[in-house]
Amino acid sequence: MILQLILVLPLVAAAGSFWPSKRRSLPGIVTVAANGAAFVLAFIVAARCAGGGVVTALGGVLWCDAFGALVLVVCAFAALTAALFSIGFTRRKTRPMQAGRVRRYFVRLNIFLASVLVVPLLANVALVWIAVALTTLLSVFLVSFDRHTPALEAAWKYAVLTSMGAALALFGVLVLYWAMRAGGGYAFTWTGLASIAETMPPELVKMAFLFMLIGYGTKTALVPFHAWLPDVYSQAPAAVCALLSVLETTVLPYVLMRMLPLFPGVGINWAGVWLMVFGLLSAGGAALLLIQVKDLKRLFAYSTIENAGVILTAAGMGGAAGFGAMYQLLTHALAKPFGFYAAGGAILFLGSGDLTTMRGLGRRSPWAGAALLAGGLAVTGAPPFALFLSELSILAGGARDLLFVPVVLLTVCMVIAFGAVVYHVTKVVFGEPAEEAPAPAFPVTYLLALVVSFVPVLALGFSLPAGLQHLLRLAAAAMGR
Amino acid sequence: MPGLHPTLSLGNELNLLAAGFFLLATFGLVATRQVLDCVSVFAWQSLMLAVSAGLVASETGLTHLYAVAAITVMTKSLLIPWLLARTSSSAVVARREISQTLTVPTSLLIALGLATLAYFLAAPLEAAAPGAHVGVNLPIGLATLLIGAFTVTVRREALPQVLGILSMENGAFFAGVAIAPDLPLFAELAAAFDVLVIALVMGLLTRKLHERTGSTTVADLTELREE
Repeated sequence: MILQLILVLPLVAAAGSFWPSKRRSLPGIVTVAANGAAFVLAFIVAARCAGGGVVTALGGVLWCDAFGALVLVVCAFAALTAALFSIGFTRRKTRPMQAGRVRRYFVRLNIFLASVLVVPLLANVALVWIAVALTTLLSVFLVSFDRHTPALEAAWKYAVLTSMGAALALFGVLVLYWAMRAGGGYAFTWTGLASIAETMPPELVKMAFLFMLIGYGTKTALVPFHAWLPDVYSQAPAAVCALLSVLETTVLPYVLMRMLPLFPGVGINWAGVWLMVFGLLSAGGAALLLIQVKDLKRLFAYSTIENAGVILTAAGMGGAAGFGAMYQLLTHALAKPFGFYAAGGAILFLGSGDLTTMRGLGRRSPWAGAALLAGGLAVTGAPPFALFLSELSILAGGARDLLFVPVVLLTVCMVIAFGAVVYHVTKVVFGEPAEEAPAPAFPVTYLLALVVSFVPVLALGFSLPAGLQHLLRLAAAAMGR
Repeated sequence: MPGLHPTLSLGNELNLLAAGFFLLATFGLVATRQVLDCVSVFAWQSLMLAVSAGLVASETGLTHLYAVAAITVMTKSLLIPWLLARTSSSAVVARREISQTLTVPTSLLIALGLATLAYFLAAPLEAAAPGAHVGVNLPIGLATLLIGAFTVTVRREALPQVLGILSMENGAFFAGVAIAPDLPLFAELAAAFDVLVIALVMGLLTRKLHERTGSTTVADLTELREE
């Protein structure tokens, strides 16, 4: 029952946002309330799964283990803060008479959120594909909220490239179904497939994995399939960026990592090698792109690719680093929304997201400046933030298993990314503002979203609670890691 | 060709014919110069997918494949062409030439190369798990998947790009008819829904682009290019 409720809540909020009220804040309040409730329920599910249990519903159509619960709970948390941030955002972007535009934004946001939350709960692999494809299509009009030509261009690229990826992944899913039938299986679920991993023809499983890696990799924006990502992030509202970023570093790696147990053998298996190749390519490519970036939200966008690369590389390495992959998945999904909200605040105070002209944010607003500085440090893994511990656990875990090549390469990528982000962010925060203009008011919900999303980033920077550690261990174990 | 053996049943031969027309439509999507013709070529391609599903159904006795065939005809051959024409304004579907980055003969040659590649990719898979129609449907479905992706990259016009994506899905399902014939009907229904959403979202986006820029030549959108 609890799983159905988690999915129904955003849909109820979508229906509630339709209510033709003249007040522009009403849809936002409904959305925050519903997604807050969904987060609490997701937390309960995670607590149950951390005890080693599995939660199922609808006769097994919905199924959630520790890994699914981890992804579910971080997505639900990001949904809550994004809804908060969106209230102030839509208020600032619309005129009082445009309540309809605000309603449409929240309806789309809620339906999109439902499609994100359903992915880690679906047991059937074909249905997972459909849910992932819908996450793209339902977010297209969120990306083009600004309705001017660059936003439409970004939305078009996003829709075309990720739909092409979805078609390739579909072929992979069908080949995987074929492999399951050839292996004598009947249940097209993650567990059903893992139980017949030994009998499925390896050629078919390998081909299925490659098509799914390229297809879902396009949606994850792995290098070299990342062409759409910087444009989308520079045009989409900050809250949508935060959600897309969480989607790309939790839900899509989740789908790819679920394939790992289908390849027999312990340690680095065939699929793990491919995850490492694309992971390192993405982490390295994004680290280099971070140096030359000229737009503040693109800066955080490339950092998302870098982190997706780190997570997939760690998942491919397995062993002790496999735990680190789950850890990084958690901490990045907590830190990145904070970074995007801070970037949204910076753009509000300085008027644009152009890194060549943004200067003196600290003078305009000390709070926005401090938030952006903290955001830049938090997403690149500087202490005392949560990402520092998770990156350390990946590197230490890899070194313990004597995987020195990926560990050294990952360290280099992380250092370059750290240097590049800190360089750009300090230039924006310090220095003299270009012109003296009256500072705009800081919307209350921006502050709320910043504070709420900052708490776990800082708290988990000091220690990992035992319950959460247990959840991460179970999640890594489910991947044979 | 692996699918051709001496004791070919009528159903097999008809399926071979449908597959031939299916591949021909794929090449048609590469070569067609008019937007409206592209839409009708896509409708024919979808019809051939339905015919193949129906033939496999009659051979194997999997009755739900008849439902798949019916869904395909309704959504892809009728509803989507109507939806695309409806959502995008008349100027988009008017009889005019599509500009593309490569000439038609070059595009066709590359498409031919991709079709050959598909046969080589499909051969080891067939060997691993032989099936009744796999030898015909798998390589042709895979070829359509690859050629569809190629079409999207060379076409500079919005609607032909959408049709390229939809034909990629057609290709995946054409292979699916043979390699996953007993895929549950709910998955097929959900996929048909997904395809409809693609057509609707991208049709609406095309319309907005046209309203905003007065053109649907998406290749002219270069404001976001990084220098």
